[in-house]
Amino acid sequence: MTFTPDNVYALISALLFAGFVAVTLLGAIVAVAARRLVRNVTGLALSFVGLAGLYYFLHSPFLALMQILIYVGAICVTIMFAMMLAELHEEPRSLGMAVLVGVGSFLAACAFAIPLILLVRRSAWMPPAAVQANAGTIEDLGRALLTRFGFAFELISVVLLLAIIGALAVARSGRRSKP
Amino acid sequence: MNFLHWSEQLNVYLVIGALLFATGIFGFLKQRTLVGMLISGELILAGASLNFMAFGHFRAPDPVTGQAFTLFIIGIAAAEAAIALSIMIAVYRNYRSIQTRDLKEMEG
Repeated sequence: MTFTPDNVYALISALLFAGFVAVTLLGAIVAVAARRLVRNVTGLALSFVGLAGLYYFLHSPFLALMQILIYVGAICVTIMFAMMLAELHEEPRSLGMAVLVGVGSFLAACAFAIPLILLVRRSAWMPPAAVQANAGTIEDLGRALLTRFGFAFELISVVLLLAIIGALAVARSGRRSKP
Repeated sequence: MNFLHWSEQLNVYLVIGALLFATGIFGFLKQRTLVGMLISGELILAGASLNFMAFGHFRAPDPVTGQAFTLFIIGIAAAEAAIALSIMIAVYRNYRSIQTRDLKEMEG
């Protein structure tokens, strides 16, 4: 393999992609396997950063930015704050029970993962669309959100508003009754 | 399968999505706190939205569809996290614990 600029760019891009995949999967493993909740949340944030990189490789930089802004910047920070407010900690389980539950959960996860991966490998997906309606740029996305997906867009803003009000109401209730 | 072209193949993304989903299922069964289960749920949603993005980019005649769907999933996940965390705080206030084991009784 000769080192022309094109080759080098392809190599760098492939290495970046492999790095993002590794960050996504390792972060996910930390998020579910770590014993302390703080490390779980950090693993989740790491995994979402990797996922944002994968979105970038799928030609949607807007989604990549939203992923980092909303998931890493808002949801992970909120989970962290809730943990601090409630002083959450996990009591260690007895060793035999921990091994039993771990192995059982792993087998259940395999029961989902292995058929899915076999399905992906075996199935012949339909061929790529010959004609693309648009290029999938940010401009196209914005236009589609305010025209074709306008109803869903408005609906989801109502859902978010209700979620905010509901969260405030639920978290406030019982605040005075028990010291 | 050439390593250099992995980022341009649908199957690679689908396998990553399936692994994220399975990791989420694993965590959902293994974790004993509500926060741990919420984190696992977010991972499951992430796997699903990666699938939507991959199909939207590689197969759909209109590549905007997958992106819009993923945006809606992000919005729903944000609402879900807000509600779940406020429930956790309310539960913690009443029980002084969020271990799923301790939440056995239902009271009006």
